[in-house]
Amino acid sequence: MPFVKWLKKNLVVIAGLLTLGYLLLPNVIVTVFSFNKPKGRFNYEWQQFSLDAWKQPCGVADMCGSLSISLRIAALATIGATLLGTMIAFALVRYRFRARGAVNSLIFLPMAMPEVVMAASLLTLFLNMGAQLGFYTILIAHIMFCLSFVVTAVKARVMSMDPRLEEAARDLYAGPVQTFVRVTLPIAAPGIAAGALLSFALSFDDFIITNFNAGSTVTFPMFVWGSAQRGTPVQINVIGTAMFLVAVLFVLASMLINNRRNRQKA
Amino acid sequence: MTKDSSGDVRLTGIGKTYDNGFTAVQPMDLTVPQGSFFALLGASGCGKTTTLRMIAGLEEPTSGTVHLGDQDVTHLPPYKRPVNTVFQSYALFPHLDIFENVAFGLRRRGIKSVKKQVEDMLELVQLGEQARKKPHQLSGGQQQRVAVARALINHPKVLLLDEPLGALDLKLRRQMQLELKRIQTEVGITFVHVTHDQEEAMTMADTVAVMNAGRVEQLGSPADLYENPNTTFVANFLGTSNLIEAEVDSKSGDDIVLKAGGGKLVLPEARCSAPTTTGGKVLVGVRPEKISLTHADDAGSIPEGRNRITGKVADASFIGVSTQYVIDSAVCPEFAVYVQNVERDGRLVPGADVVLHWSPAHTFGLDAAQDIDAGTEEEAA
Repeated sequence: MPFVKWLKKNLVVIAGLLTLGYLLLPNVIVTVFSFNKPKGRFNYEWQQFSLDAWKQPCGVADMCGSLSISLRIAALATIGATLLGTMIAFALVRYRFRARGAVNSLIFLPMAMPEVVMAASLLTLFLNMGAQLGFYTILIAHIMFCLSFVVTAVKARVMSMDPRLEEAARDLYAGPVQTFVRVTLPIAAPGIAAGALLSFALSFDDFIITNFNAGSTVTFPMFVWGSAQRGTPVQINVIGTAMFLVAVLFVLASMLINNRRNRQKA
Repeated sequence: MTKDSSGDVRLTGIGKTYDNGFTAVQPMDLTVPQGSFFALLGASGCGKTTTLRMIAGLEEPTSGTVHLGDQDVTHLPPYKRPVNTVFQSYALFPHLDIFENVAFGLRRRGIKSVKKQVEDMLELVQLGEQARKKPHQLSGGQQQRVAVARALINHPKVLLLDEPLGALDLKLRRQMQLELKRIQTEVGITFVHVTHDQEEAMTMADTVAVMNAGRVEQLGSPADLYENPNTTFVANFLGTSNLIEAEVDSKSGDDIVLKAGGGKLVLPEARCSAPTTTGGKVLVGVRPEKISLTHADDAGSIPEGRNRITGKVADASFIGVSTQYVIDSAVCPEFAVYVQNVERDGRLVPGADVVLHWSPAHTFGLDAAQDIDAGTEEEAA
């Protein structure tokens, strides 16, 4: 039975390809339909190939405005959450302080709590404080839920770090700042980068919490949701495809840089 | 050596008690002279590493002061002390290549042109080819040499080595011992070496301080410590000792006559670190290789004036250069005797009656109030 033999040999590859297909099929659909020229207002059926949407990505009213709000919030939330989260992670690993245990478990609450519940309670909080809903309430909410992801990522890295490395740096004439910049930070960097990337992705496509606390501000996911009621412009697919491509380019670039570095070293 | 004393390490009344109440180092004084190879020897948890870390500045002493030459460095942070450390696990920076690891100390002190110095240093430790590799690409022995180079390039007044050879296999360790000794002679820097391996301490160091339970038990040259231990711990931890309980009988001239198991033993008074009042107890010690073994039939041929003990061979193991005997005697059930295999006496098999005899000059006396097994492997296990 040569077929069974072949199957046995390539089972892992086949399973891998099927999984990849399962993961990527939605992206393929999005990409393909970004070249569509729909008849009505809904972009659900293939009609004919067209570059119209790609030529005018901001051709839909308010879409690019909401995209820029989303990108700004995501960038600021990433910076805020990464800074705070990294400091929390270091504090949790390095120092013994009162309520350390409590902080350690409370920091995971935003991850564990259903998003709707958190969104509603945040809204209650903002309303009671008399806060003006909008850009800044969204930003505060995003920093909050991104924090726990950054803490988790950085903590794992810091915990596996040999404390003797920092002692060695201090022994070799590096003061506290130098030790942190030259040794601690570079070694913790992969964890911090992972936390930051996660934050950006989570913040950029968050819908539920944002929707509750946005006031009259419209982010990109909210725009997509809103327009889906009335019709879906092809430009949404264009933006989706572009985001996907940018992400893929980032991954490829980092792989290339790593490869070259390794080859130089060897 | 020159009279320069800027590389002296002087510890005065230095002690360390942790917040949880554990005293790692009892207040003690210790002076390491400039240019010497000094070893702190002891079992794990004896306070030797804590002592080293207090010299480095990585641990703050709870009492006492640390002086380097004339400078009081007790309250200086590690990065302001002219001292460098070779860490136990090497602690090489994983994100930097070998060159940058070695250059680290120079760069932190603002030295711009490091290339020549780093290359020379890597040549000294025979790693010139590996400069652009990352630490994890090197073998254990190579990493160890990088750690030494990284510390030495700064020309510290004192180099501290914290069990630097602990992670290497036996053969490599022997090789690195010689290598380190060569480097020390070449650069003339004071080395303070922490180890639990008594053989390593004795081969490498000019002076050894034996530490136990947070204090220095004895300090001296390896030969001095070996020949004249002052405590049971030193006697047992450095090599093997036969210790017998004995009672002081009388004194004759410079010698003390002792009673042990019905026989008499002679011990030079100068070699006894314990008080000797008539009727008092002392521990009599003798090293296994100082003892001669004679079959009971030839007992008449033993010269006068030697200490003798009779017994029975309990076990004999042949290990090439020598044979190690265990003798069952009235004073001690497991008397260890090492005999060089020059002319082997075929009668010395288990069960044979024998006479052990040795020169009184090789006998040492210790205070009987101590634990007779302190520092033996059985106790450590």
